[in-house]
Amino acid sequence: MTGKLVEIDDLRVAFRQEDGSYAEAVRGVGFTLGREKLGIVGESGSGKSLTGRSLMGILPKTARVSARTLRFDGNDVLSAPAETMRKLRGSRIGMILQDPKYSLNPVMRVGRQIVESIRAGDPKIGKTDAEKIAIDMLEAVQIRDPERVFRAYPHEVSGGMGQRVMIAMMLVREPDLLIADEPTSALDVTVQARVLDILDELVTRRNMGLIFISHDLGLVSRFCDRVIVMYAGQVVEEIAAKDLENATHPYTQGLLNCMPRINGSLEPLPVLDRDPAWLAETGGAK
Amino acid sequence: MIEIENLNVWFGEGPDRVDAVKNVSISVGEGESFGLVGESGSGKSTILRAAMGLAPTWSGRISIGGIDARSGDRRQFLKTVQMVFQDPYASLHPRYVIGEAIAEPMRINKIPDSEARTDRLLEAIGLTPAHRFRYPHELSGGQRQRVAVARALSLDPKVLLLDEPTSALDVSIQAEILNLLNRLKKELGLTFMIVSHDLAVVSYMCERLAVMAHGEIVEVMDRETLRSGEAKEQYTRDLIAASV
Ligand SMILES: Nc1ncnc2c1ncn2[C@@H]1O[C@H](COP(=O)(O)OP(=O)(O)OP(=O)(O)O)[C@@H](O)[C@H]1O
Ligand SMILES: Nc1ncnc2c1ncn2[C@@H]1O[C@H](COP(=O)(O)OP(=O)(O)OP(=O)(O)O)[C@@H](O)[C@H]1O
Ligand SMILES: [Mg+2]
Ligand SMILES: [Mg+2]
Repeated sequence: MTGKLVEIDDLRVAFRQEDGSYAEAVRGVGFTLGREKLGIVGESGSGKSLTGRSLMGILPKTARVSARTLRFDGNDVLSAPAETMRKLRGSRIGMILQDPKYSLNPVMRVGRQIVESIRAGDPKIGKTDAEKIAIDMLEAVQIRDPERVFRAYPHEVSGGMGQRVMIAMMLVREPDLLIADEPTSALDVTVQARVLDILDELVTRRNMGLIFISHDLGLVSRFCDRVIVMYAGQVVEEIAAKDLENATHPYTQGLLNCMPRINGSLEPLPVLDRDPAWLAETGGAK
Repeated sequence: MIEIENLNVWFGEGPDRVDAVKNVSISVGEGESFGLVGESGSGKSTILRAAMGLAPTWSGRISIGGIDARSGDRRQFLKTVQMVFQDPYASLHPRYVIGEAIAEPMRINKIPDSEARTDRLLEAIGLTPAHRFRYPHELSGGQRQRVAVARALSLDPKVLLLDEPTSALDVSIQAEILNLLNRLKKELGLTFMIVSHDLAVVSYMCERLAVMAHGEIVEVMDRETLRSGEAKEQYTRDLIAASV
């Protein structure tokens, strides 16, 4: 027993402001992850992506970061040599970034980027084999014409196709930890279901740990095992995914009310009444 | 207000030629909201871009507010219609702070009080005047998406083309943006064309919608049909069934 795949305690990320002072965007986040599916939901700007990026060691240079613990499989992310982190990112940790087309290299064909990703994870795989793996993976994520997309540049594919290219690029490495930041936000329900099947399979078969950042509450409660809810840089609630409907924090409860429904009323949607008390530092409420 | 007739859009040639939009006709009345849904890659964004006059190769006829997209006055056209792109980075210049990004179109068009209006727009999308000095990469994904909405609104367009405008937003902010859009629609008589993969959003926002597959419209229906689940096409019924 070597402990958890991911351990985070009191993670803080701050940025310098106009007046020179620092403002914290992540304020004492903590959680652990095993070989499971952990959902992160929460308000836009609450620090979900920054939390994921901290774990990958890819925060913007202007960020000031600290943590009591920030560990991936025993590696201390904050003190590990840059080279160690780079190797981990190339093989064992993958992150699907929120703006997939922005994160792909705009001047390199999609196929080549996936092939490079495969060979970074396992240099022993030959070029022809890697190309086949890449095309198979594009097909697995429901791309209809994988050969054309393989040859296309990122600006030549649609939003949802770009998202799936990014997913394919991370999955071909079969990482031990995958941080998926809004990975299916541009996908229609049918394609989404197939992509989730693949992720689920990697968790069960390959024992991958998955951090699934999403604003789709229904999806998170069906797909994940556990959910943490973030608000203004803090974790305000942690709950079994299937119990999300019974969430107790007023922010989480309020969220569930704001959702439009196919058969719902056409009156203005209920909006959240944000209580300033939700901003108080709680030291990681449960 | 929006007239699209026999629109075809294609990219490239030879084996990699893509017929992204095939013979699509859509007519949207003034003050109406029209939804576009359908499979990823089916041509939804391409239709919106073509309607803005941004498709490189196309045939057919497009006119918005009576101005022809091909031969009409470009300046007048862009005052009438604005678009929120699916990828917010695409409409935000990386070296402009967002205050400039929002105010710039107003300044070019000599709209007075651009500073104050920028602050009001930021507030309307749930940000603060302090965000004016941030660069796009210094915002969260959903904040960037909201800035793209504010920028599109800055010129008081009559027609807004919205490509997945709330896909990166949590439902509380989504509710605020959707309410804002509906309020503006009511007050100013705006016309919307909205692409979304979220049928609940489309059902809430749009009186009519088209379902697309492989570059073609497979079905046009009104909100009541969507709500009753009695769509004609199997593809649409599957989509609805998977969404509730
Ligand atoms: N480079 C940066 N400089 C300054 N502030 C930043 C920077 N990056 C992010 N922030 C701020 O930190 C906060 C958290 O950002 P983060 O991207 O983690 O939000 P998020 O929870 O992922 O939101 P969303 O759901 O909208 O993507 C936001 O208020 C954002 O504006
Ligand atoms: N510049 C381009 N060059 C070549 N092909 C393109 C270009 N832009 C779009 N396409 C192709 O046109 C088709 C339709 O793309 P479009 O972006 O309109 O889809 P969409 O319905 O918006 O999908 P999504 O829901 O995934 O955003 C896709 O097959 C895409 O690869
Ligand atoms: Mg984010
Ligand atoms: Mg699109």
